[in-house]
Amino acid sequence: MALTKASLVEELFDELGLNKRESKEMVELFFEEIRRDLERGESVKLSGFGNFDLRTKKERPGRNPKTGEEIPISARRVVTFRPGQKLKLKVEAYAGRE
Amino acid sequence: MTKSELIEALVRKQQHLAHKDVELSVKCILDKMSSALSDGERIEIRGFGSFSLHFRPPRMGRNPKTGEMVALAGKYVPHFKPGKELRDRVNNGG
Repeated sequence: MALTKASLVEELFDELGLNKRESKEMVELFFEEIRRDLERGESVKLSGFGNFDLRTKKERPGRNPKTGEEIPISARRVVTFRPGQKLKLKVEAYAGRE
Repeated sequence: MTKSELIEALVRKQQHLAHKDVELSVKCILDKMSSALSDGERIEIRGFGSFSLHFRPPRMGRNPKTGEMVALAGKYVPHFKPGKELRDRVNNGG
């Protein structure tokens, strides 16, 4: 089971008493606002959780894994996530149950 | 953009909600995401991306001050994979 937008909507409804429509809007807007900033080239720093940063990658050689044919991978801008100290420590403690 | 700037941006867009409610919503969303990950649960947000845990196997490290070898236990680290919409928008500027 994965955490989805629906589970976050449920959480706002249960914990804060926002109504269903307000909860849904809030969750949508939360992620949209982060996307919009990243799209504008601005990084997003959420203390305690982590930072979403942007990196520009130069063109580099690649190949089609199916045919083996060489094709350049074009220059691009990508998002990276650096977890914050608090999140890292919380997750490190996870013992795992594979 | 910082967390408080994110809250301000959301307050401007959700004028019918009290400032406090927006602030608590952001805190609530982030807390829920953190605890899901620390319980080993994945997060999947369509159009944004997914968060999962990656395992780092145990290794021998060194104390950088003394040069002494230390055994480091295996651990999990959070990993984010941007979703298609986010990848496209960030790369093309919309």
